[in-house]
Amino acid sequence: MSGTTAKLLARHQFFQGARLAARRNPYRCLSCSAQNAQQQNTPPPPGQDAPKTTHFGFETIAEALKEQKVGAVFSSVASSYDTMNDLMSLGIHRLWKDYFVRNLNPGSNPLTSPSTTVQGWNILDIAGGTGDIAFRMLDHASTINNDAHTRVTVADINPDMLAEGRKRALETPYARSPRLSFVEANAEHLTNIPGNSIDLYTVAFGIRNFTNKDAALREAFRVLKPGGVFACLEFSKVNNSLFDAVYKRWSFGAIPLIGQLVAGDRDSYQYLVESIERFPSQTEFRDMIKDAGFLVPGRGWEDLTGGIAAIHKGVKPIKAQN
Amino acid sequence: MASPLKHSLARPLVQSSSSCAASRVLLLPASQRFFSVLNRPPPNYEGHIPLTKVERGALAIGSALWSFRDPRRGDLIAALGEATAQPFFIDHLRNRMLLSPTGRRILRDRPRITSTTLSIPRLRSLPSNTVGYAYAAWLDREGVSPDTRAAVRYIDDPECAYVMQRYRECHDFYHALAGLPVFREGEVALKAFEFANTGLPMTGLSVFAALTLKKREWQRFWEIYGPWAVRNGLLADDVINVYWEEELETDVDGLRTRLGIEKPPDLREIRKAEREAMKRAKEAKESGTVLS
Repeated sequence: MSGTTAKLLARHQFFQGARLAARRNPYRCLSCSAQNAQQQNTPPPPGQDAPKTTHFGFETIAEALKEQKVGAVFSSVASSYDTMNDLMSLGIHRLWKDYFVRNLNPGSNPLTSPSTTVQGWNILDIAGGTGDIAFRMLDHASTINNDAHTRVTVADINPDMLAEGRKRALETPYARSPRLSFVEANAEHLTNIPGNSIDLYTVAFGIRNFTNKDAALREAFRVLKPGGVFACLEFSKVNNSLFDAVYKRWSFGAIPLIGQLVAGDRDSYQYLVESIERFPSQTEFRDMIKDAGFLVPGRGWEDLTGGIAAIHKGVKPIKAQN
Repeated sequence: MASPLKHSLARPLVQSSSSCAASRVLLLPASQRFFSVLNRPPPNYEGHIPLTKVERGALAIGSALWSFRDPRRGDLIAALGEATAQPFFIDHLRNRMLLSPTGRRILRDRPRITSTTLSIPRLRSLPSNTVGYAYAAWLDREGVSPDTRAAVRYIDDPECAYVMQRYRECHDFYHALAGLPVFREGEVALKAFEFANTGLPMTGLSVFAALTLKKREWQRFWEIYGPWAVRNGLLADDVINVYWEEELETDVDGLRTRLGIEKPPDLREIRKAEREAMKRAKEAKESGTVLS
């Protein structure tokens, strides 16, 4: 009995030793031998001042490059943007956007609002290239509030997304009216928009792509009228940890795969899910909004679908804060 | 008496093997370690994306169905190839390369075929019976370029990833060698040949695209090109072991004889003749009806 177990033990240890030896040299493939011989490890040249870096998904890149890389992502997803949104959120993004607009209630009924006010709201929709939010705002103002003067300016940094938006606008009644305009603008430097001119500043699923969110928040503060509202719809942190586990696995497993099958572009969707992961939490973002000078109503945010998305609001104070 | 002894010997064995198992797991390459999509292991080569088994299965099924519906999505066919080649088939192909001296040289040198490494104008200037001329002529006739091949991303072992990349880049050379054109009928016939020769599952699955062929095309595949593909694929030498960069100036027919491949009937000529015959029959019928 002990003889056979001793033999088993010896054999086990012999194979373990062989496995250890094999593990020490992982690269046993034929072509790697030639390559290992050729490779000479040159030390990297000493860097000059390290450029300021930011994150691009989970990558760390130079700040100057982020805009360009995000631009490339959105140019490549522009035409299949809606299909992808539908697949990624299983169509729920439509409900979120509907609720976002309904909750903001744009437009003021001319019969009930005081006659001294300027007719209609001046709404600025940032990063709203394909026009999802803009069309909903205009429809809500026209049909629910009977306001035919509310106008929306859609600003986006990416001309391909704007082109897509202009194309879709043709199917709405606002295409050639003064109520809808499309401009190419960088949210961090809104040079064409005068200060204190906007009633409602919205950004839906755009701010997580900005290189400098604080700069965008400050610009928002500048262009809003006193009493104007800043509203942001964005992906956020899920509250429930069990749901979060499922949601993260769906995000990192299924979404890049769907991106590959539908759009032939795994990398853009990998970036998208990584940028969602990197976005600050609800409380952190509310604090950033406060730091820009906004007054934050109540808790400052509202969770949608368990925290997958969140609506953050801020109001520009009427009197300057001391 | 025996049981306490067995017990005391068994327990240290179990303990040591479990701690060794834990440390062993950390050192295993991506293809053997269990990981989730949230903590993928680091890539083994540039562009490498380690996939979990579920992801790989989903990619295989999704790309198979989608590329069946839309065969123009070459990137999905490529992804299908990568998702289904592991763990056995691509290793087997790589081992067959290792068995041949030329295959070993290819694996050592790792040459890449792009429009920069191969000068197409130079190939056009070669004598018309050479492999290089046939390849350039075929590229011109079909209107394609060697740069349209996607990089391999989902195969874990770097050497097997190179074998897959090499197969993908040499696909146009196989077209030139066989003389088969680039539309569906020719591609299906070539894929059947590649399946018989290389054994990659994607090539075999691509033959299901033959179900979408028209009746006459299917008949031709069943009678001529299918049997040609199986016969030649199985009996010929491995085409993956041909060092194309060195064979550019050799005689095409000589290469075919060396490999043991017979040239199939020219598919474009057959289709052209068939189209003309149908046109003549239609004209005859119309003139017949006009006269009568």
